[in-house]
Amino acid sequence: MEHIDATDQLDSHSQEELRKHVRTYMMVFGGLLVLTLATVGVKYMHLPVVPAILVALAIALIKGSLVACYFMHLISERKLILILMLATVFFFFGVLLGPTLTELNEINPLHH
Amino acid sequence: MSDAAIPYTVAIRPDTGLNNVKLGIWLFLSSEVMLFGSLFAGYILLRTGNPNWGAGTELVNVPLAALNTIVLITSSVTMVMSWVAAMERNLAKLRLFMGTTVGLGAVFMVIKAIEYHEKLAHGAPPSYSTFIACYFTFTGLHALHVLGGMCLNFYFGFPGAKMMKTNPQQFANRVETAGLFWHFVDLVWIFLFPVLYLLNFNTPAGH
Repeated sequence: MEHIDATDQLDSHSQEELRKHVRTYMMVFGGLLVLTLATVGVKYMHLPVVPAILVALAIALIKGSLVACYFMHLISERKLILILMLATVFFFFGVLLGPTLTELNEINPLHH
Repeated sequence: MSDAAIPYTVAIRPDTGLNNVKLGIWLFLSSEVMLFGSLFAGYILLRTGNPNWGAGTELVNVPLAALNTIVLITSSVTMVMSWVAAMERNLAKLRLFMGTTVGLGAVFMVIKAIEYHEKLAHGAPPSYSTFIACYFTFTGLHALHVLGGMCLNFYFGFPGAKMMKTNPQQFANRVETAGLFWHFVDLVWIFLFPVLYLLNFNTPAGH
């Protein structure tokens, strides 16, 4: 998808691009609604703990990616932004997992 | 006060290939990711180390939270349509979509207030249990972001929309930047929803 910058002239070409954007947004919206219902549905399927966590987080990851890629235009963003976000994701997982992994011997396992 | 214009608010910087506004908002969002990341890290640590985690998990209202998820996702669509309106330089359309976005944000906050009232009416303030403390911390911080986004969107939809006539390019950039913040708030909720409402496996262990 070609990124439209506000500095572009709003000619017939960019009007067509905007129409394409709107079609994409509507498709993403539909996908997000279906995935939200799927997330709630999985809750009532009473899956075992690990599959339930994996499925719920996988659906959340897909939904988050749709929002970031299409609504936030990350899919057509400049390389510098992509590098910045990759670095952010790296440090995010460092912050997320670091404390838990270093404390594994001290904490109790999940209680079912 | 200096009259010097802030450089690269619209024009692309040759070294970064971006205008400063775009780079600035993404750097800010990166810091926000780390803020919520630290909260999620604390949550995992508390969750795995607490044998009485279940206390209060039965109080979450999944249907209301699912409704709030749909409200926020819909507001993301109206937000991105506001950006389309700004690109088209269509003020009436911009006001319609920005107004709807702010309205949906208000609906989200009202539903959240109903949820909070349910907890408090049940005698479950943040001190009730570790889970309830996490619930109020996460959703409270997120609600503050929603409130901030609503103020921003209201400004760009109404008093600040005058700029569409004087500098439409910079205005479209501003709407896009406000949209990036709003979508980030939506994105955070997409992860909070399963973590706080759906992945509660423990039976209540009592207070």
